[in-house]
Amino acid sequence: MLLIDCPYCGPRPEIEFRCGGEAHIARPADPAAMDDAAWAEFLFMRANPKGVHAERWIHQHGCQRWFNALRDTLSDAFIETYEMGTRPSRAAEGKST
Amino acid sequence: MTSQPYRLPQGGRIDRASPLSVSFNGRRLSGFAGDTMASILLAHGQVLVGRSFKYHRPRGLLSHGSDEPNALLSVDRGPGRIDPNNRATMIEALDGLAAHSQNHWPSLDFDLGVVNDALSSLFAAGFYYKTFMWPRAFWDRLYEPAIRAAAGLGVAPAAADPDRYGHRHAHCDVLIVGAGPAGLSAALAAATADKSVFLVDEGVEMGGALLHDVSATIDGGPAAAWLAETLTHLRARDNVVLLPRTTAFGSYNHNHVGLVERVADHLAQAPEGLARERVWQVRAGEVVLATGAHERPLVFADNDRPGIMLADSVRSFINRYAVAPGRRIVFATNGASAYAAAADAKAAGLDVTLVDIRDEATCVKEAAELRLAGCEVLTRHSVVGSKGRKRVSGLIVARFGDAKIGARRILDCDCVGLSGGWTPAVHLFSQSRGKLRFEPSIDAFVPDRAAQAVRAAGAARGTYDLAACLAEGFAAGAAAAGRVSDRGFSASATLTGFEPAGPLPTDDDPKRLKAFVDFQNDVTAKDIKLALREGFESVEHVKRYTTTGMATDQGKTSNMNALGLIARTMEKPIPEVGTTTFRPPYAPVTFGALVGPARDVLFDPVRKTPIHDWAAEHGATFENVALWRRAWYFPKAGEDERAAVARECKAARDAVGLFDATTLGKIEVVGRDAAEFMNRIYTNAWLKLEPGRCRYGLMLKEDGYILDDGVVARLAADRFHVTTTTGGAARVLNHMEDYLQTEWPQLEVFLTSITEQWAVIAVQGPKARDVIRPLIEGVDLDKEAFPHMAVRLCRFLDAPCRLFRVSFTGELGYEINVPADFGRSAWEAVYAQGQAFGITPYGTQAMHVLRAERGFIIVGQETDGTMTPDDVGLAGMIAKAKPDFVGKRSLARPDLVAPGRKQLVGLLTDDPRLTLDEGAQVVADPATPIPAPMLGHVTSSYWSANCDRSIALAVVADGRNLVGRKLHATTPAGFAPVTVSAPVFFDPKGERVHG
Repeated sequence: MLLIDCPYCGPRPEIEFRCGGEAHIARPADPAAMDDAAWAEFLFMRANPKGVHAERWIHQHGCQRWFNALRDTLSDAFIETYEMGTRPSRAAEGKST
Repeated sequence: MTSQPYRLPQGGRIDRASPLSVSFNGRRLSGFAGDTMASILLAHGQVLVGRSFKYHRPRGLLSHGSDEPNALLSVDRGPGRIDPNNRATMIEALDGLAAHSQNHWPSLDFDLGVVNDALSSLFAAGFYYKTFMWPRAFWDRLYEPAIRAAAGLGVAPAAADPDRYGHRHAHCDVLIVGAGPAGLSAALAAATADKSVFLVDEGVEMGGALLHDVSATIDGGPAAAWLAETLTHLRARDNVVLLPRTTAFGSYNHNHVGLVERVADHLAQAPEGLARERVWQVRAGEVVLATGAHERPLVFADNDRPGIMLADSVRSFINRYAVAPGRRIVFATNGASAYAAAADAKAAGLDVTLVDIRDEATCVKEAAELRLAGCEVLTRHSVVGSKGRKRVSGLIVARFGDAKIGARRILDCDCVGLSGGWTPAVHLFSQSRGKLRFEPSIDAFVPDRAAQAVRAAGAARGTYDLAACLAEGFAAGAAAAGRVSDRGFSASATLTGFEPAGPLPTDDDPKRLKAFVDFQNDVTAKDIKLALREGFESVEHVKRYTTTGMATDQGKTSNMNALGLIARTMEKPIPEVGTTTFRPPYAPVTFGALVGPARDVLFDPVRKTPIHDWAAEHGATFENVALWRRAWYFPKAGEDERAAVARECKAARDAVGLFDATTLGKIEVVGRDAAEFMNRIYTNAWLKLEPGRCRYGLMLKEDGYILDDGVVARLAADRFHVTTTTGGAARVLNHMEDYLQTEWPQLEVFLTSITEQWAVIAVQGPKARDVIRPLIEGVDLDKEAFPHMAVRLCRFLDAPCRLFRVSFTGELGYEINVPADFGRSAWEAVYAQGQAFGITPYGTQAMHVLRAERGFIIVGQETDGTMTPDDVGLAGMIAKAKPDFVGKRSLARPDLVAPGRKQLVGLLTDDPRLTLDEGAQVVADPATPIPAPMLGHVTSSYWSANCDRSIALAVVADGRNLVGRKLHATTPAGFAPVTVSAPVFFDPKGERVHG
């Protein structure tokens, strides 16, 4: 079971959390202006890197707040967790499927 | 001592002052405290202890520890306490303990299943796949049941387990697994650094190999003295937790380690309420693995006869348990460690011969010493077979040269000690995703790069010398505690080193030999070679095809022999063959321990409304909806479900019904931007909804599919009372929180779940207003003043009340929201007031029928996560003027606007008495050959007393264009003709709700 460092509560076991998939995908400001391909890209396409991945997590059974995390998908090591709306100190490995 | 003919007159760690007796297959056997079931069996000369898995060959003990593959016993502690597949070596002797052997019929001594041994050519690797190919229908009914019955390992108990099992969570700085020399010295180092230390060991006593290495010395004194002193020191420290009888069975992410502690089975009188076993979930800062090594058997023909065991196990039984596994013991080895066992056996007064595969030159030193002790030592000898049936009576050996096998010689014996080298127990290291490295000098995989804060020490990383184990353990313990600290230990030299051997040289036809590699799954060298010949070249495929390493012992004794054989046969180095993946559990764990307290009432929380007890007192039957128990229907004497539901449905339309709607999810959306937030989350418009009014809201996921629905009341400009489906409450709150926190953090909105705070009493029917009028204060209930879809804050008797005029039945209706503590009293007040009007409580089944009569959907029943608003006829719910809301853009996705989507319709059976099954498939023409194209399926189907016929809702491709058309629905009796209709069956204009 992962040990996840909630930026608001500190380290807590994985069962208190829920993962919300890839981070830093902002909802488009004007969806109506997007063509089908661009909308599908936003809606469905997600990175699946072997390596450092930026993810959204919510401390569901704790403070119920969303935050972001950099996790190495190979080792499951959490490199850092950081608040919504902020950027990590290093880059994730981006969209590679 | 005559009752224990193989008990040695002195020595051992048993307590001869504490005699006890156990039973084996009903026979009483005596022993001492400190014995195991295995040592007691051997003390009585009971060498035959089980039958093998496939061939039902007679089997005895192979080892003395948790790697034992053969001696699986069923322990009977009374009804519900029958525990199969216990390794005899791990069962602590306890006065009165009853154990039975397994996998034989009619008896252990005479097992008819042994016919499989004679027919063994039929049972080669993959024989199930090859033999039971056809007829296909025979597989389910004949082959598989017969195979399973024949091949079982033990029998599961039939009664419920009456024992308690505990779960505990713990944190520590340093977790040390294994309390042999390396683990103990690691604990010393970490404890001295003032770290919190857990030291766990699966044995009854801590000490590992020191418990049976009686000749070893540490720091100038006997190893046993050092052990006692070290344990005393550790016990005295309050930063150290010692857990004997505790197996670390799994290593998971971030140093989360699963332990199972055997708490009560060894106690003659367990205190009331004590758990039988306890699972510990430990989160360790650092882990030190001092898990030791497993000895390998040698692979030769008939190497599985009872009495043939591992050399170090022979040593353990003699030294630790004071039991002679035999009087005439032959050791067969390819390495040095067996010489220590042979010397100890000789010192115990037993007749000892040693056969070494290696050249005289390689083993000259240890051979000379053993000969000096008076034992015959044969070097450069192979073992080509064994004699005996239920107990080994001779070992067949022959000198061998480059390509020649010399004359055979039979060494009479009643016990054989095998040593084929050692395999470090890297299971937990590998489970923690550490990388292994093949070390040719010891012919084994050893820990290499760790993936977590895990380090291995001692035999677990291939270090076999005692002084080196102690030093390595100390350094590892210190490093785990964040210190650099080396300490030297002086200890007696350890005999180490071996020459890897495959199947031993022989000139017999290998096709006719049974040389076992995996004892528990009856896999022979021949099976593995056959698998390779048939093209199974990956080690993972060989494992699955032959089942080598797949039994409950997980191949602890067999894996390296199998790998070596694969490598030799394929002429590849072992690192290229690789090793199979190690997965938890390291050793079997009972289901009871894993389940722990999570059973019966603690299995899952149950949610009950404040009105639950009233419903139970009034005879309600209940159904589970998510975690809720909901009143299903209220049968009167003599009524079945259909009659009760019909009466309840009629009452709601003819007079007045009473329904507990408390389980509806409720969320309060409050704040300056509450209306804007609602506008973005729901498909319809909210900005202009006046306070005091309600609106039905529909919510989509971003992909355009329906997520949830419910009535929303605007209580004030900045306050909405949202209702959701019963099962969707948490999902909707999560959905709202996600958008609020991550997409629109600038909105000032607060979301609060209020599901549990308000009891909801639905009063539905033409008489509803008359019933509630005397109970409500502060509202003009006249229909003009308080119309359908309005809300008022008022008082219900003494309670504050949010009174909704809403209807899920299509009748004049109210939903009375009172604080949960007032729920039951308010319900009883309505019920009393309604008596004059024939008020009838109804349950969820009538609620479903009533809403279906009016064609109201239930999200999750009419929808399945791929339905759009238009699919269910709710296109009108989409606010065209709104530029955006969650899911809006997706409604224009090509697939969502394509023709031919399934649409909600009604289905009327030609036979009005026939009620379709929900889930029934709809086809155009029953004559179409199978597989016929499915047009859709029935989503809701009921008997409607109000319509006096059956009604059904269905989703059918292009359904709205098919109204009036004849289709067919599947029933258990064949196809039934149905006519497509609009999805409304009662009050089609919807007038009654305004009454």
